[in-house]
Amino acid sequence: MDIKLKIWRQKNASTKGRFEDYELKDVSPEMSFLEMLDYLNKQLIEGDKVPVTFEHDCREGICGTCGLYINGRPHGPATHTTTCELHMREFKDGETIIVEPWRSKAFPIIKDLAVDRSAFDKIMHAGGFVNVDTGSAKEANGIPINKRISDRAFDAAVCIGCGACVAACKNSSAMLFVAAKVSQYAMLPQGKVEAADRVQGMVEKMDELGFGYCSNTYACEFDCPKGISVEFIAQMNREFISAKVCSHKDH
Amino acid sequence: MIKLDSKIPGGPIADKWSNYKNSLRLVNPANKKKLEIIVVGTGLAGASAASALGELGYNVKVFCFQDSPRRAHSVAAQGGINAAKNYKNDGDSIYRLFHDMIKGGDYRAREANVYRAAEVSNEVIDHFTALGVPFARDYGGMLDNRSFGGVQVSRTFYAKGQTGQQCLLGTYSSLNRQIAKGRVKMFPRRDMLDVVVIDGKARGIITRNLVTGEIERHGAHAVVLATGGYGTVFYLSTLALGSNATAAWSAHKKGALFANPSFIQIHPTSIPVLNDYQCKLTLMSESLRNDGRVWVPKEKGDKRHPNQIPEGERDYYLERRYPAFGNLVPRDVASRAAKERCDAGYGVGDTGLSVYLDFKDAIAKQGQKAIQDKYGNLFEMYEKITGTNPYTEPMRIYPAGHYTMGGLWVDYNLMTTIAGLYAIGESNFSDHGANRLGASSLMQCSGDGYFILPYTIGHYMSDEIRNPKTDTNHPEFEKAEKEVRDRIDRLIAVNGTQTASSFHKRLGKILWDHCGMFRNAQGLQKGLELLNQLEDEFWKEIKIPGSQEEMNQELEKAIKVADYFEVGRLMIEDALDRNESCGAHFREEYQTEQGEARRDDANYSYVAAWEYQGPGKKPLLHKEPLKFDFVELKERSYK
Repeated sequence: MDIKLKIWRQKNASTKGRFEDYELKDVSPEMSFLEMLDYLNKQLIEGDKVPVTFEHDCREGICGTCGLYINGRPHGPATHTTTCELHMREFKDGETIIVEPWRSKAFPIIKDLAVDRSAFDKIMHAGGFVNVDTGSAKEANGIPINKRISDRAFDAAVCIGCGACVAACKNSSAMLFVAAKVSQYAMLPQGKVEAADRVQGMVEKMDELGFGYCSNTYACEFDCPKGISVEFIAQMNREFISAKVCSHKDH
Repeated sequence: MIKLDSKIPGGPIADKWSNYKNSLRLVNPANKKKLEIIVVGTGLAGASAASALGELGYNVKVFCFQDSPRRAHSVAAQGGINAAKNYKNDGDSIYRLFHDMIKGGDYRAREANVYRAAEVSNEVIDHFTALGVPFARDYGGMLDNRSFGGVQVSRTFYAKGQTGQQCLLGTYSSLNRQIAKGRVKMFPRRDMLDVVVIDGKARGIITRNLVTGEIERHGAHAVVLATGGYGTVFYLSTLALGSNATAAWSAHKKGALFANPSFIQIHPTSIPVLNDYQCKLTLMSESLRNDGRVWVPKEKGDKRHPNQIPEGERDYYLERRYPAFGNLVPRDVASRAAKERCDAGYGVGDTGLSVYLDFKDAIAKQGQKAIQDKYGNLFEMYEKITGTNPYTEPMRIYPAGHYTMGGLWVDYNLMTTIAGLYAIGESNFSDHGANRLGASSLMQCSGDGYFILPYTIGHYMSDEIRNPKTDTNHPEFEKAEKEVRDRIDRLIAVNGTQTASSFHKRLGKILWDHCGMFRNAQGLQKGLELLNQLEDEFWKEIKIPGSQEEMNQELEKAIKVADYFEVGRLMIEDALDRNESCGAHFREEYQTEQGEARRDDANYSYVAAWEYQGPGKKPLLHKEPLKFDFVELKERSYK
């Protein structure tokens, strides 16, 4: 198949970007989206042009590195799919595909399609862990956990930190990302002890880093490649309110 | 004059580690605050080591090439993590886990290290559980287990097909906790390009900042490499595209011996190659062989849809050849058996280079829901990549390069032959012999990082308390930085016509064809010739657009491919030296009448540790004899 591409090109954080047009012939429907970009880059390099910078690593949908805004949707048109798992069979012959980086103030552009998502790590530093030192754990089966609860915690824990939720949200809210971690720990006995401090710390940090508020459009859930549910946002809100009410920190 | 001393403590195998720990010197908390340790890599090994060292009070600097430590490739491990808990009451024990690993590794691993890995496995599970890792549980709320290849007990803990992700996010959380406390400083988006050795001791590293292109110097009292394996040497592999050998290789060139480089695991169940532009093969977890049955048609070239082929016309060749272990034979055995069937003309798919992995019987017996609970994400992944539904028709699979048992030689302390330079996790060679058993990798990486290195490095650091912070203006830093800059300049100056990836692809094919699943002396020689020719071409034709003072992914790739030529050459040297078959190293000249690997314990029961002699010079072989005092050497049979 032949396709046309409109790709965001930007030399670095301080220069202005623009769309550039490319035409690509003989694309195989069996190619992944990133293999298509590899193919484009090979042609660009061999033709003495500068290749498109895009981030990727595992190419199997688990590391969370890749993240492109494709035809107006994070990770493109397929449901529950990361950019690297997206295949060209999802597109039509002759189609024009628009490729942009994540658009969010909290994720500044580094180059072309690569953005800086270190804000996510900073939120994690503000409480995304259980305070336990190596060597102090007790026997694993000493903490029985109801299977339903444990499975539910797992459903929250599958977040890959790609940032699609932020990119999908008109407010650039990171609520789904934060809620997934807060909820995972709040449900498990290991994390319950510090649940109140955790939710306050992480939410404060999220606000400070320039992420927007949640206005319940559910776009994040719709575009999350791992299908993480917005119910966790509701759970986080409950955790947050009860933490504020009971907090000793503020009184 | 390097002299290998593995420093294995005396005494009965079960007491070695605990007695040794008691004999190690300690560093008092006030002194720990003055000492700096560099950790390179943030996978399970690196992140666990960095957090454990931070908890102890050292000043830790951690480096990774990814934008966040959470993305290291441990994240992609699927099936599980082993521990000798014996929760299933099926006869498991530390000794049995140890024995399975020694046998699984075809008697080419060091007994004492393997026993210790098995010994700390239970603490690893306890710790992960305490960190909030949501392992699978049964209805009573207890942790669940499943089976993996090469063993007859259920000792594998898992979190669906995302065990690596959940364990890595657990270690990432403990790392974040130390970063928040200021004990660990994180340096993401850095490639380590050299290690700095001053007066025989590792004192720092040279990195390239992948955003600005700046070449940086970082000093410390000790350096820990947790930089993973070199499976991407084959180009097509199950690894992340960024995985590479460069950090470990730079240490090798500075004097760290490299052990058993030809021991590379070819994983039997990967999604086969679907198109010519493919640069990655996606793994389908070994855990699937708990419920999936592997088969090919009994008739050569049978082109019928698999669902149309009746039961009697299917050859379940693993069950036929290995009745005792059936579909759960170890990876090396399963991979060779698949290739054998395909080479004989029974392979399926357009290319004939794949076999079926069928869940029909398991779904009929247990229901689709049960299968979905265990492997849901893997089935989804398969469907996304291939466009076919594995609930209704069998998966197609084929072997792919996966894990490197070989790596930097380390002693019992996990120290390389450079004082103060440690190698942990997949980057060292020590625990898996010539073949790794499934779910032992997560176990070893976390054991090394959380429970072994923090003890052994303390002993070394106790001698460092009088030494001030390392001065990065030292001439050795100057020299190392200059070498790095010169190499980059040389690469860019070529200004040829071909991309780094195109060279990598061709190199990978040479190694896959001549130093892959089946090897012979003639083929290896031929491979060496082809590799040398291609390397010459690389240095004349490589093209790197852009400059080095910016984010430049083509430069990053070229640096790694340049090293892979050298790694590949050492793999071939090593495979040529070892005139026997063992584990993943299968030399066609050395096989039994049934086509199984034939070891030569009298002549090859050693670790081959290679010393770098300079560019263009033949590496020097050092042999560490392997002694088996606690396990009887036997022919490895799964029949």
